Amino acid sequence: MIPVVLGVTILIFTIMYFIPGDPVKLMLGPDSTPEQIEAKRADLGLNDPYVVRLGKYVGGIVLEFDFGDSWVYNTPVTHELLNRLPRTLAIALASMIIQIIIGIPIGVFAAVYQNRFWDRLAMFIALIGISMPEFWVALMMVLLFSVEWGILPPFGIGGIQYYILPVFALSLAGIATQARQTRSSMLEIIRSDFITTARSKGISQMRTLFRHALPNALLPVITVIGNGMGRLLGGAVVIEAIFSIPGVGMYMVGAINARDYNVVMSSVIILAIVFALIMLLVDLVYAMIDPRIKAQFAGKRRSKNNG
Amino acid sequence: MDDVLEMGRSMNKNETAETWKRQSQLGIVAKRIAKNPTALIGFIFLVLLVLMAVFAPYIAPYDYTEQNLMNTRSAPSLENPFGTDELGRDVMSRVIYGSRYSLSIGILSVLLGTSIGMFFGAIAGYFGGTVDNIIMRFIDILQSIPGTLLAITVSVVLGPGYFNSMLALSIGAIPMSVRLLRASILGIRGEEYLEAATSINARTHRIILRHIIPNTFAPILVSGTMMIGHVILSAAMLSFIGLGIQPPMPEWGSMIAGGRNLIRSCPHIVTFPGIFIMIAVLSINLFGDGLRDALDPKLKK
Repeated sequence: MIPVVLGVTILIFTIMYFIPGDPVKLMLGPDSTPEQIEAKRADLGLNDPYVVRLGKYVGGIVLEFDFGDSWVYNTPVTHELLNRLPRTLAIALASMIIQIIIGIPIGVFAAVYQNRFWDRLAMFIALIGISMPEFWVALMMVLLFSVEWGILPPFGIGGIQYYILPVFALSLAGIATQARQTRSSMLEIIRSDFITTARSKGISQMRTLFRHALPNALLPVITVIGNGMGRLLGGAVVIEAIFSIPGVGMYMVGAINARDYNVVMSSVIILAIVFALIMLLVDLVYAMIDPRIKAQFAGKRRSKNNG
Repeated sequence: MDDVLEMGRSMNKNETAETWKRQSQLGIVAKRIAKNPTALIGFIFLVLLVLMAVFAPYIAPYDYTEQNLMNTRSAPSLENPFGTDELGRDVMSRVIYGSRYSLSIGILSVLLGTSIGMFFGAIAGYFGGTVDNIIMRFIDILQSIPGTLLAITVSVVLGPGYFNSMLALSIGAIPMSVRLLRASILGIRGEEYLEAATSINARTHRIILRHIIPNTFAPILVSGTMMIGHVILSAAMLSFIGLGIQPPMPEWGSMIAGGRNLIRSCPHIVTFPGIFIMIAVLSINLFGDGLRDALDPKLKK
């Protein structure tokens, strides 16, 4: 986890190092004198060699969790990022939860009714779901729910009603992905011998599906959910810009237009750190939910009790 | 991708039996796809979209830059089936021209990214050891940056434009193909035909290009096809936030961005480009699903 974060920071810094043109000239405007530009460059530390700048930047993040200052507003980036991160996280995590509670049941349902009408319909809708760009879904939802029916606010922040459209627009593709993945891994499990055994013991259909089949089928689904989190964090950037939600994404899009490259770089890095943390969490959940690993622990406990 | 397939066929030119078998394998795949109605629909739509992109100047009723300031923001009508935008340009003509950008960026970025990925995947899988370790750690780092954000970062550095967004988006296709090729090479590394090739003193690049890649091609073809749909979505996203193809080029994503502020008064400017993005990606996904089932019947559920 630490080496990955370090690697990501170095990689992003190196990519951003190759920005052509002089950002300082753009920042100060066409009227600036060469002396002013030179002074500002020295002030920002842009004249130092690559290794020194990299060392300063990475050292600042790792040792003091300091992302430096915004080039345009001269405000500390870390403060701004930490203020905005909860909103981005709230949107991404809410979307993830919605994906799980809607996508997985649809997938189980489709697997049970494999190749019948409802399965075909659900999978076709899911395929459409992964074929639409998030920002367009968001705009269509605004058109329907805000412009036509006027029941939900089109942008801004406030009560929970302001988050409904962004979260659903962001989670649609993920619901579809989760449903497809759950269906295909359920289909693999549902034919296993231990499911036949469970059925033949007279266990109810519901219990067979949700206690015996689903935990085994969930493992690949969890991997997909973890990877999907990367898509959610990336998608949140665009969704925030559309709904004017002042999160990390909107900060970043604004900084792209203002050529405030330190802000762009820091936003990408902090979102990558969040993503790395979530992947770590997914690994832990994986170990917790895997029936084989669980069986190992259960086996130990039983043998202890017996002995 | 065609030349790789070609390579797979030509590799066995001297052995007639093998050549026959390969061609019939392609035939089997084509037959399986033809029998799968959804894959066939996807394929037909894909062909139609490609034809639309190629013959755009003949199909489009107006030029994509042609302005008619007397007839701006008009709703869909017989003259302008998808309506007109804020400068009186015909939305349908622009959507038709737009297919050129989206489809070509999708296909070219995936080709580029997959080729780079296959190169490094082959090296990692074939040589193993330290080289493998370095390449795979780098891929780990690349994959731990959310794809969208990586594409945005690279486009910020390269600047907007057609080739730059193509380059930025191709990076997203690299990790998957590195992993796939490496995994398949690890799977076939012990096979006798590789030992045979080594024992007759075939050079390393010949073994990789002629003996390994044709035998690991199916999963890469499937994931590459799926990736095209994903790249088209990302390309639209990049132009939507102003980093991809710039107006007045009629790229679908930038058309949606242009009509965004007018969504209350004339929603058609936003709606139609989005529908075409959806059709393009949907048909690629349908075809990709069919291709997967046809290439690997074991996976078919």
